[in-house]
Amino acid sequence: MSDVNPVSGSPDKEPATEAQEARSEARATPTAPAGDPDRAVPPAATPAPGKESRPTLGKLFLDNLWAANTVTVTVLAVLLAMLVGAVLIIVSDPEVLSTYSYITARPSDALNASWTVVSEAYANLFKGAIFDPDASGFTAALSPISETLTYTAPLVFTGLAVALAFRGGLFNIGAQGQATIGVILSAVVGFALPLPPGVHLLVALIAGALGGALWGFIPGILKARTGAHEVINTIMLNYVAVYFLSWIIIQSGVQNPNRSDAISKPVESSAQLPRLLGADLRVHAGILVAVLATWFIAWLLNRSTLGFELRAVGENPDAARTAGISVTKTYVLVMVISGLLAGLGGSNMVLGSTANALTPLVIAQIGFDGILVALLGRVKPWGVLLAALLFGALQAGGNRMQSYSGISLELVTVLQALIVIFIAAPAMVKAIFQLRAARAARLQTSLAKGW
Amino acid sequence: MSTTAVPEVAVTAVDEGFWTRARKTGLVLLGLGVLAAVLFGALATGQQARFTLSETEGGAALEIHGTVGAILFGIIAAAAGAALLAGVPKRWFTLVLGVGLVAFVLSFLCWQVSAAPEGRNFMPLVNVVRGTFILALPLIFGALAGVLCERSGVVNVAIEGQLLMGAFSGALFGSITGSVWVGLVAAAIGGALISLLLAVFAIRYLVDQVVMGIVLNLLAVGVTGFLYERLMQTDATKYNSAPRFSNWEIPLLKDIPLLGPALFRGNIFLYVGLLLVLVIHLALFRTRWGLRTRSVGEHPTAADTLGVRVLRLRYRNVIMAGMVAGIGGASYTLALYSFTKNMIGGKGFIALAALIFGRWSPTGALLAALFFGFADQLATYLGAIGSSIPSQFLAMLPYLATILAVAGLVGRVRAPAADGKPYIKG
Repeated sequence: MSDVNPVSGSPDKEPATEAQEARSEARATPTAPAGDPDRAVPPAATPAPGKESRPTLGKLFLDNLWAANTVTVTVLAVLLAMLVGAVLIIVSDPEVLSTYSYITARPSDALNASWTVVSEAYANLFKGAIFDPDASGFTAALSPISETLTYTAPLVFTGLAVALAFRGGLFNIGAQGQATIGVILSAVVGFALPLPPGVHLLVALIAGALGGALWGFIPGILKARTGAHEVINTIMLNYVAVYFLSWIIIQSGVQNPNRSDAISKPVESSAQLPRLLGADLRVHAGILVAVLATWFIAWLLNRSTLGFELRAVGENPDAARTAGISVTKTYVLVMVISGLLAGLGGSNMVLGSTANALTPLVIAQIGFDGILVALLGRVKPWGVLLAALLFGALQAGGNRMQSYSGISLELVTVLQALIVIFIAAPAMVKAIFQLRAARAARLQTSLAKGW
Repeated sequence: MSTTAVPEVAVTAVDEGFWTRARKTGLVLLGLGVLAAVLFGALATGQQARFTLSETEGGAALEIHGTVGAILFGIIAAAAGAALLAGVPKRWFTLVLGVGLVAFVLSFLCWQVSAAPEGRNFMPLVNVVRGTFILALPLIFGALAGVLCERSGVVNVAIEGQLLMGAFSGALFGSITGSVWVGLVAAAIGGALISLLLAVFAIRYLVDQVVMGIVLNLLAVGVTGFLYERLMQTDATKYNSAPRFSNWEIPLLKDIPLLGPALFRGNIFLYVGLLLVLVIHLALFRTRWGLRTRSVGEHPTAADTLGVRVLRLRYRNVIMAGMVAGIGGASYTLALYSFTKNMIGGKGFIALAALIFGRWSPTGALLAALFFGFADQLATYLGAIGSSIPSQFLAMLPYLATILAVAGLVGRVRAPAADGKPYIKG
């Protein structure tokens, strides 16, 4: 993948790490220079220094493994987050906590109790997300993966939406609102229009995408025309969308006539995304659309003229304008495409298997999670896909953790937030683990712009 | 220098010639006034619209015939708009605009109150004023936290998280110790904790401040929600039954009609909040600290050259902001409700809107918070009298107003120049 210059935009990101680099450089063996930021462990990429004897391949591999490259930092960030999560589990369990009152007398009690509760929780997280060794039968064995993919699909869309905007130099916090408008339009098309199967689904998806695009267009045009900051406007539009959703649900014609609470009519089966592995497993075609969208955005960013202009504007709007790129047009287009993706994410929530009718909380947190996914995916399309997989897995596993171990699902939110905090400050992860320096694992867009 | 991207990129349509900002605003206001006079006047009924100076229907009241009131106030609003359009001296702009907007709201109220079902054609002003302040209270604290942070150049999107953490730790430690004061201190520390994270990551590790704010909000939601389910729900009497501040009546002031019962019989948080607005306003514009804070927010390099310790000042201000927001969170759990999951529910973001709408000044933030609180209270009131206006659209009002404000349709707002830009010495 041809990549943006890792030492992009914000000059401010440099000095913080320089001290670290100097320190860790001194400690590390001088034989292996820092690895390339993008390839995780590429021994071939490091030119062997002339004077020294050529290091073995294995040694280079190990050196690079412990360098602060993207993969290492991500893995360590996940581990750190789980460590903090474990502490939270322990301190919030009164029984375990009581064993700590006599820890000096019998430390084994406290340690055993802590280990039991933490390991059980994380074991359930794993079993719910990836594979349950106790499961018997085809459906049961595939069920965790199916759940993971179900949660992944919408996150891919919102993650791509945020990542694309980042690359264009805009911070789209409004994925939540765009997904909300998307879900409304998709659902309304889904239950109001009498269309044949296939066409119905397509129209519903397009309606959702258009809704999101409209909601992205507003901050885009405001930014381009008046300079109004997109962060503020997208936050505000999020709430406008939420209230619009809560209003439209209870209108006659939308609200389910058989229910008194706020829920809409169910989406017709002709507009639902087909399930991939039979009716018992929830995974649906949304994940395929998501992969397709990832491929398309990767192509758009790296291979198309628009993508080039978009990245140029994101890196340096002044230079882009000097080069003859219309910055205003690009801003509007970025926000429209970004909103379109987020809208599709919203469609997934009501056309897939998560829900089939509008409720006030129908899209959950996918917009905000999308921000985390984009950051974790280093604002690159395929990275976003992987990050969404991780978050989907955490979500699916969290459900099982809640029902089997009684650990609240909120722990997943904590883990997700912590992972991204550690990712966003690679200098800290490096300092904690004394990693050798590498230029990688840094957010590669010039994000720091203020209002 | 990509850090200076946004302001220059903005293709700002500078108003030149006849169509100044005041004239555009006047045109909009004229339109609104005419709309009010015609539409609200036509929809209003012949009932008397009563605005009682008490909590109930009885007592002294201001009364006006519904249709007459709606038309009259509509015409006043239109006249104000016409005056702006014709061109008034610049220093009168705010006053005329204010009169016009208030008249528009009054016209709207005349219609709504007169059109309410028989027997409910009154609006108890004491309730409305009190409700406005209660609903505005977390916004005031949150917006003040924003002022402290952003005036010194750190974007604070984490207000929501600070409020939530404050509410949570106030409830938790208040319950465990059984003391409101311990709860209050714990709330301040809880808010400061989120702030500290924001400060360390924004100032030390140079993480994008908006990103950090968003992530910290999620972290606060997660941590408080998790501990709520694990601790508070399992043993609510032990962990979630914080004592509450009783209402303090202020002698003399409590006897002022309307404002007395509405404001001066409230709890400590209301007084602290209003006092803080005053203190921060004076401190920001009249003290050495304030000058330094503002200079660090506008031009840190210049401030540094003159010997101001930029990073230390930022650390201090951000942490103070967290304490203010934490106390704001406690205004929920130590005075009104027991803690519930995600109980702040977006108030932190309205506080952010109030901060921006109030142009990054404490008094502006107070007025904006009161306006948003009023919109909120109005929605409740209109729901109670069975209005035809959906409450959801009234609830959108603060957000739409903020969008209009930042888009420059109702006067341009401008952030401190160095807001959100990390400072690197050298």
